[in-house]
Amino acid sequence: MNLHEYQARDILRRHGIPVPPGEVATTADEARAIAARLGGGPVVVKAQVHAGGRGKAGGVKLAANADEAAAHAAKILGMTVKGLTVRRVLVAPAVDIGSESYVGIIVDRTSQRPVLMVSAAGGIDIEEVAAQTPEKIHRLAIDPRYGLLPHQGLGLALTLYRDIAQARAAADIMQRLYTAFYTVGASLAEINPLATTRDGAVAALDAKIVIDDNELERRPEVAALRDSSADAPSEVAAREAGLTFIKLDGTVGCCVNGAGLAMATMDLVKYYGGEPANFLDIGGSSNPQKVVSALRIITADPSVRAILFNIFGGITRGDDVANGIVQATREFPLKVPLVIRLTGTNQELGVQILTQAGFSALTDMDEAVKQAVARAKAA
Amino acid sequence: MSIFVDQQTRLVVQGITGRDGSFHTRQMIGYGTRVVAGVTPGKGGQQFDGVVPVFDTVADAVRETRANTSVIYVPAAVAVSAMFEAADAGIPLIVCITEGIPVLDMTRVLPYVHERGARLIGPNCPGLISPGRSKVGIIPGSICRTGRVGVVSRSGTLTYEIVHQLSTQGLGQSTCVGIGGDPLIGTNFIHCLSAFQADAETDAVVMIGEIGGTDEQQAADFVQQAMTKPVIGFIAGQTAPPGRRMGHAGAIISGSSGTAAEKMAAFARAGIAVMKRPADVVPLLKEQL
Repeated sequence: MNLHEYQARDILRRHGIPVPPGEVATTADEARAIAARLGGGPVVVKAQVHAGGRGKAGGVKLAANADEAAAHAAKILGMTVKGLTVRRVLVAPAVDIGSESYVGIIVDRTSQRPVLMVSAAGGIDIEEVAAQTPEKIHRLAIDPRYGLLPHQGLGLALTLYRDIAQARAAADIMQRLYTAFYTVGASLAEINPLATTRDGAVAALDAKIVIDDNELERRPEVAALRDSSADAPSEVAAREAGLTFIKLDGTVGCCVNGAGLAMATMDLVKYYGGEPANFLDIGGSSNPQKVVSALRIITADPSVRAILFNIFGGITRGDDVANGIVQATREFPLKVPLVIRLTGTNQELGVQILTQAGFSALTDMDEAVKQAVARAKAA
Repeated sequence: MSIFVDQQTRLVVQGITGRDGSFHTRQMIGYGTRVVAGVTPGKGGQQFDGVVPVFDTVADAVRETRANTSVIYVPAAVAVSAMFEAADAGIPLIVCITEGIPVLDMTRVLPYVHERGARLIGPNCPGLISPGRSKVGIIPGSICRTGRVGVVSRSGTLTYEIVHQLSTQGLGQSTCVGIGGDPLIGTNFIHCLSAFQADAETDAVVMIGEIGGTDEQQAADFVQQAMTKPVIGFIAGQTAPPGRRMGHAGAIISGSSGTAAEKMAAFARAGIAVMKRPADVVPLLKEQL
């Protein structure tokens, strides 16, 4: 789960990391009031949206005074960045920046540890730095049993700052960021830029935190930060129904059990010349109701021209899926053709249920995908 | 032979009285797995289905039954504790089926397990099966056949699909291992490839990867340097959009790394024949054998 910048800033602030003040506005008037409260001087107005490259898309603007802040907010609110609509802006004082560094923590799959990454070349082009000049990024795998040791933090901080007071301040920030990382259950936490201001202070000007979805059940206070308005409505509905669903741009709606098979099914749709409309995993222990929810979500997408079920029964039972399909089509008649592939556990029973309801079922994955692609093109 | 599990496997089921644990214990016993013990705290002294003794702790189960393998079916909230407990009891092979375990918990579990000399398979995996010998986990026994092809995969049902293609076209399996779809797992492709290379009864290996991470690229290097047996590979997620978690916690393309195209290219460079779709598995294997 992605957090917004303002939420990430709050978390850092609560962990004692210096973060300049700032508040969130949903209207231009609110933005004006916040700018006035911040002293009426120059402020920065920043789109709060789950997409990188906000600045390059025009979602970050400097304002000289409160009226200009309101004018910028009016333009930024409602704009789209990489397909996502901006509904909130952060209004924060414009800071006179001396230098920009990068500090981030991820869980590294190879070392199987949290890895702290720092670079003196921070700012908006950090991804380019990582790709072009990776030697400018210093990395340290942390032993989670001991945490970030003080000399390790200071050693990395000294690659950012020659001034020992600034290095100590940065090391302290790294220590606190590491604590915050574990406390909220993050899979990524980064400060970019970690900036020095004209008076020599070190502060976090922008922050990004991604939460491990598996942490949400035991951290309700973090789960409460979810902004469902930032997700596609179909994805919100799927989440509530216990399904994993991702909307794509094609015309073949896919309903599959298991994530790997779901991806392989999408790939096969493409292989046979079609385009998948979605990723959808109905999960392991499929009750018929999940299948009903899945069909409701797929059919709500107007670009879907055909629906493909690909079920390989293991824990998932063919009769459960068949009952779900029959039940769903009684509740809401389908307007697009349906191609069903059903094999594995309780296959015979499932096929029997489908046949009685007037559907036919295939057993071969390639054949089913070919038919679904052909039907989608004919429609 | 086979890898990791065979007739010598003496299995303890952690969470044997739970909904999933009891269902799959019956499936495993039905397949012929030697299930020697179960563990559910508070139910020690009972018998599961009148045939399997239940203990309060894994340590009790090991002492009384000489269990040498554990399988974990308990819910995510207690699965971490179950892995620590199995490692402390001296179990050398721990298979964690449970899905939904926080990655940061795994950063603590993995060093603990490794320091005790144990192998962890999973979490978030379907387990493994050596057809005709032993099944530990949830892979349906009915789709497997005895034979000489090793299968290693990050997926569950996609593995079933490919194993089904092998079995119905006359290619049986020595062992099929589902290593799990999480970013941090106990046993990776290289561990399995290395075991298959050493196994006298495995002639070739099918490796099923997916988007996310660089495990497949490292496995490709290993194949090139250390394997003489033919390996064929598949990568799921060629049409997956970047930045989205495709069901499995580990199946996410971040930045430019972890794409299917990159992994397939790494396979090809290492001399691994690349399947474009699951149905390619048998024709490609027959070319190699």
